[in-house]
Amino acid sequence: MSTRALAVFRGSTLLRSLTIVVVAGVVLYLISGSLDSYRNLQLAYGGYYFCVLAGLTVLAGASGQISLGQGAFMAVGAYTFCKLNAPPVAWSVFPSLVGAVVATVLVGIPVGAAASRLRGPYLAGATLAFAVGLPALADKFPTFLGGENGLSVNPPTPPPWLGANFPLERWEACIACAGALVVVFVLYNLTHGAIGRSWRAVRDDEIAASLAGLRVGRRQALAFVVSAGCAGLGGGLLAAVLQLTSPGAFPLQLSLTLLAGVVIGGLGSLVGAVWGAALLVFLPNWTTDLASSFSLSTNVSHNLPIAIYGLVLIGAMLVWPSGIQGGLRALGTAVAPAIAPAWGRRRAASESATGEAEGGGAASEPSTGEAEGSRTTPAPSAGGAERADDEGVKASRP
Amino acid sequence: MTKFIDLTLNGISTGAIYAAVALALVLIWRSTRVVNFAQGSMLMFTTFIASAVISSSGSYVLGFVVALAAGFVLGAVVERVIVRPVENAPPLNPVILTLGLYTLIVAIAGMIWGNTPRSFPAAFSLRGYTVGGTTLLFTPNDTFIVVVVIAVAAALAFLFRATSLGLRMRGAAFAPEVARLLGVRVGRMLTLGWALAAMVGSLAGVLVAPSVFLGPNSFDPILIIGFVAAVLGGLDSPPGAVVGGIVLGLALSYVSGYEGASLVPLAALVILVIVLMLRPTGLFSATKERRV
Repeated sequence: MSTRALAVFRGSTLLRSLTIVVVAGVVLYLISGSLDSYRNLQLAYGGYYFCVLAGLTVLAGASGQISLGQGAFMAVGAYTFCKLNAPPVAWSVFPSLVGAVVATVLVGIPVGAAASRLRGPYLAGATLAFAVGLPALADKFPTFLGGENGLSVNPPTPPPWLGANFPLERWEACIACAGALVVVFVLYNLTHGAIGRSWRAVRDDEIAASLAGLRVGRRQALAFVVSAGCAGLGGGLLAAVLQLTSPGAFPLQLSLTLLAGVVIGGLGSLVGAVWGAALLVFLPNWTTDLASSFSLSTNVSHNLPIAIYGLVLIGAMLVWPSGIQGGLRALGTAVAPAIAPAWGRRRAASESATGEAEGGGAASEPSTGEAEGSRTTPAPSAGGAERADDEGVKASRP
Repeated sequence: MTKFIDLTLNGISTGAIYAAVALALVLIWRSTRVVNFAQGSMLMFTTFIASAVISSSGSYVLGFVVALAAGFVLGAVVERVIVRPVENAPPLNPVILTLGLYTLIVAIAGMIWGNTPRSFPAAFSLRGYTVGGTTLLFTPNDTFIVVVVIAVAAALAFLFRATSLGLRMRGAAFAPEVARLLGVRVGRMLTLGWALAAMVGSLAGVLVAPSVFLGPNSFDPILIIGFVAAVLGGLDSPPGAVVGGIVLGLALSYVSGYEGASLVPLAALVILVIVLMLRPTGLFSATKERRV
């Protein structure tokens, strides 16, 4: 490749994101061909978890908000998918998924508008109430939403051009991965463009951002709606893969599990969302294997994954706030100069020029903390601005 | 009309429990600026301990006392070991941390006692009072709940307003640097604040357990509703927490009685959003500045 073409490629976010999506799509398609049906199903699970986690990680990492209501948005997506995909309407899979996203975005707009006025623990509490309250609607409308038993749909049929014996599980994995790649494309372009820059500006210093002409509330509401849309797509994919949705599938625990997945992957990083999705898919299997090999009781083995999510959240906050991807990035910056000096230098230069463009920039990177001087408390996402304002409130109290 | 009276009385007794949970959250928020999302699981854990003590010893009073003592110790340990390192961190860190603690405690309780909810004995009879031939939904146990919560709220008010220890705790919470210069052991006061708050929370757990059954996840709605009550009264105000709890108890009792119990968490959410939109600092908060 000539230098000029390379420069165009490096300059165009759209081109880069398209390349990533196409390459990842081909790789995933080839991988899914060599997997057995159970592994394909796990790939499908990973696909829909990734959609939700990617939306949440962008919300928390780029715009500094937190949502514990992603499980409820998944429920909206899943129920919409089932209503559209099942007989009376009977749309095919992809239009139903689009419908699920649209419905979740419509629900997300008022929630996001309310969320943009709330901060820190208030926002967490409100979204927590949303996660606990919304699934109860299914009981209120038992005929329309199916009550406790929920709704079911027929399994998706692979299109004929893929061949007569294309396995169902592989087709489900393809659907879920396609959804995940759409999410990657959208979020990559959003976070690397003007909108992502404005999100980070709002996250780091609301007052400065509004002085610079940004409408802070709208930017935050937009981030919230985008993450809701991703969660809705994830929920729709969940319904498509499991062919079933019920209020019991979206407990409070799910929303907290999603938070754990995002925190361990590294807040703000799309690659971190991949690690998080892998954890959410494989951890229950590992703990079941572990429990059976140590012949632990069912009480212990059922609760072991939950205990590990809890430990992950606590440990990440106390010891390692930047998560897996933050650790890998730190390793990369430490090792790169030794392996390829020129590449390391160029990478460092481009990073310092574009600020935190890389991966949305979890606030564990030093840049966000600099404004506050030498304080060393780990900052997973909220950034320095909130810290300063919090101090201001404390100081102004009598 | 009888139904309305029943729902009102019922609302007062459940409201007293919400008030206790809200009080636990407010005490912790005042002293350390942390909303303790683990409160629901902490009070669940101490209630399980009480259940184990009651079933092995046969004494309700012993179980009650052990639950409160366990809550006191648990609160102190959690503050000292887990929360202390993030006390000056950005607001998202303690939120994620206490949610992790919530998850961990729920899992541990599930490992020890299983996930099937079990019944929990009440202190007094669950047969309603009879007035003029009609049986009310208000029971001697409800009287016990209301009296205990009022007594605890009064004791806390006395502690904070009339004793030297209370003054030191308030000083440590509101002006840590000045308090430290004046010789107050700030860290110890914060630990004590958490211990007291967790004790009030464990009281709420023992009081509510007979009506909701006891399981690792059965107190989730109570935590949400307690949080809503605390925000309703203003996270900074203990009297606000008590009033917020009672008001919310009444409102949710009417919703549950006239519209169905499954809508209670959703109604709590609606109330929370309305309160946060109209008066983000709560009904009883004196401060006017916007928290950002």
